[in-house]
This record gives sequence, structure tokens and C-alpha cells, in this order.
Amino acid sequence: MRVEVDVPKCVASGQCVMIAPDVFDQREEDGIVVLLDEKPPAALHADVRESAVVCPAAAIRVVEE
Amino acid sequence: MTETLAETTTEAEEPLAAFPMPRAAGCPFAPAPAARALQGERPIAKVRLWDGSTPWLVTRHADQRALLGDPRVSANPLVPGFPHPNEGFRENAKRRRTFLGMDDPEHARIRRMVTAPFAIKRVEAMRPDIQKITDDLIDTMLAGPTPVDLVRAFALPLPSLVICRLLGVPYEDHDFFQEHSARLINMESSVEEVFRANEALTDYLDKLVTVKLADPADDMLSELAARVRAGELTQREAASMGVLLLIAGHETTANMIALGTVALLEHPDQLAALRETDDPKAVARAVEELLRYLSIVHNGRRRVALEDIEIGGETIRAGDGIVIYTGTGNWDAEVFPEPERLDISRDARRHMAFGFGVHQCLGQPLARLELHVVYSTLYRRIPTLRLATAIDQLPFKHDGAIYGVYELPVTW
Repeated sequence: MRVEVDVPKCVASGQCVMIAPDVFDQREEDGIVVLLDEKPPAALHADVRESAVVCPAAAIRVVEE
Repeated sequence: MTETLAETTTEAEEPLAAFPMPRAAGCPFAPAPAARALQGERPIAKVRLWDGSTPWLVTRHADQRALLGDPRVSANPLVPGFPHPNEGFRENAKRRRTFLGMDDPEHARIRRMVTAPFAIKRVEAMRPDIQKITDDLIDTMLAGPTPVDLVRAFALPLPSLVICRLLGVPYEDHDFFQEHSARLINMESSVEEVFRANEALTDYLDKLVTVKLADPADDMLSELAARVRAGELTQREAASMGVLLLIAGHETTANMIALGTVALLEHPDQLAALRETDDPKAVARAVEELLRYLSIVHNGRRRVALEDIEIGGETIRAGDGIVIYTGTGNWDAEVFPEPERLDISRDARRHMAFGFGVHQCLGQPLARLELHVVYSTLYRRIPTLRLATAIDQLPFKHDGAIYGVYELPVTW
């Protein structure tokens, strides 16, 4: 799995950080997404997929490899 | 053929259903039954509003999600065809614009000015404070007489204290801002009442911004004041944002606390399960389920199409109003099996109680934290909590932009 984030689209809802805190973080100045791990381990895949589903701005893309 | 024609004629002559639709008597938590019926029969259907306009009512989860996330759909109330909830909202929108009624990129630029304090880690750092506020309010209630109104004694002061601290608004002024906020979001308020309430609140926040310009503190109004000084916002815009954050910060969570308590008291098995768990994740699941089940923003998210949109076999034309009733989306059996069942163990994370798309609630991490603390504290500290009146005697906020109860007499 490879994760991509579209920073300009992000609205800082923070749901990805809540669901998968080892993969996503937020910038201090405005809460916009920071990708911590673009190739997360298999144990986190389900959380990453759920993060992408609930992201209100469709700013997370999951590429299954 | 003749029969089909006759049917079509009858259908065309039949008056469109009025929206908002009433909830069923005796079912205070369920979305309007007429809207639930439309979800099965015609999930994207024209309805009639207070001013005779006929926007589309969207009732299925998938369509709601698609439209709220669609850049061809605008939240700008100044676009012709926008389905205004009432006259007061319509007139007020002309006078004062906030980022709620803007589209990107303008919306994103302004929204990002206030997103930092709601980042997950910054919100989580407030947990000890919120826990203390919660425990102190419960101590005061337990020391006082019963029955007590849980709204006045707990549900409203808790989020008010929290948002006041975050914004830098003196809590002593709560009678003033709670009264005006309530009038501003009451659907029965006249245009004049809405104007007066909005003016009073904006003037009040404007004065506070002046104070913060002279004497900045570690709070959001001081951050907004710094943007005024930097020329990024006018002082009036900063004051309007303050009003928005103040109202959104206390009215919504207050209703989730009070109505959530009513729902749990009506479902004793769920209440017992919540009271007995020591697992923070189980409480977090309960928070999501109550958000889904109650969907307190109950007058529909209002939008207008900027281009023709084909969806679900219908064509929404450019300039058509769109009303997204998330109450039914959150009770859509395609996404939430047995949606009418309150089940705190289900995974309800795909609910749209906070909306969806770029306008999704900014304060959701704070709301979740407040609810997490309340739902894991209140029923443990007062295990015999019960209604002090019959449920059908409770004054439900059918006339509010946000659903809940005006009063909640409880005893223990």
C-alpha cells in the first residue's frame, strides 16, 4: 500500500490523525495533514483505508500495490 | 397507456411535500418519517420550502456524500436558487458573510485561519481541563436539590466554559451570549430578532477583539486580533468569526449532552454497557453512534448547484437548491444495518452528523473530546440518574436549527 495526501484539499478535520496517528499528523500552524508514513505496515492498512473513506475533502488516496 | 398517463397527471398535480417535515409523535429520536419514506421511494425528490421555492431533498447516504463533496455544489447563500431555511437566515446572509457561506478557494483561506486550535493534539491537551470542569459541575449538582434541569446545570455550562476559555470570552457573560445565540438559531425568530441578536453578539465580540488588540492573551480571539493587525481580516470579520465559533462551540455539544442522555436513559442496556466499560475505544464508539443516531443538525445542509449534475437518475440543474437531510443519511440501512437501533458497539464512523465535504465541522475534535469525557463520567458518577418527568413531557427543540431539549429535569 502507498498513501498519498493532497495538501491543498485538506480541511483539517483531523479524522485521519484520530484513526491512524502513526500514519498521519497535522501541521502546527493550521492543522493541515502531514503524511508520516507513505508505506504503512500491513497492520495499519485497515485504519488507513477508513481514514481515506471518512476524509471529508477526499484528500487521502490509497494506492494498493 | 391511459393508466400511466392518468397516474403521471395525478402525480404532477399532487402538491410537493413541505420541508422541514415533522417527526413522528412518540419517536423523538427518529428522523421525519416522510423523509424516511422518500429515501426508499424517491431518494432525490423535489420538496417545497417556507417561501414556495422547490429545491431537491436528498435522503440517501451515498448521494448526500457525493453532493456535499462535489465542487459543482455551492454553499454560498447569495447564489440565486439557494434554499434558505427561513427569512431571518436569508436576510442575515446578505448582511454578514462567514466562511460557512463561501466556496473554495476563499473558504479555505479563511477557514485555515481558525483550524490550528482544533488539531487533534492541541484539543487532546485540553482533556484534563475538560475533565475538571465536568467533575466540578457534577459536584455542584450532587450538592444541590433535585430534581435539577440538566441543561442549565450541566449540558450548557460545560461546553460554554470550554469554548469561552478557548476563545478568551469571559464566562460571566454567559447569560447574555446564550440568550442571543438561542434566538439566532431559533427557526421561529423574526428577521428583526435575528438581526438584533446577531448585531448584539457581533458588537460584543468586536469589543473583545479591541481588548485583545491592546492586551493579547493565549486564546483564539487574540490570534484573530493579530490577523486584524496584519491586515488579513477586518475587525468586523474577526468579530463575526468569533460569534460563529462561540455559538457553534456551545449550542451543538450542549444538545448532544442533553439529548444523548435522554436517548441513553431510554435504552438502559446501552447505558449500562457504556457505564461499565473501562475501554476508551468503546466510549469513542458510543460517541460516534450517538452522533449518528441523533443527527442534531436536523434542518438539512443547504446548498445550490452551480452546474447541471446527474445523480441517482435525476438531473439537478444549475441554480437548483439542494437540501441534504443527514438525519436519514445517518439512518440509511445500506450503511448502518438496523439503523433505528441505538447500538453503542457498532462502527458508526461513516456518519455525517458533522456534515461532509469541505465545510465539515471545524470543531469536531473538540466536540468528540467533550462528549467522550461526559459520556464516560456523568453516568458513572450518578449511576441512578433518571428523568424526573415523562419523556413525552420533555420540550423537544422542534423549532431549533439544532435539535435537542430546552429543559431536562432529572433526579437520582
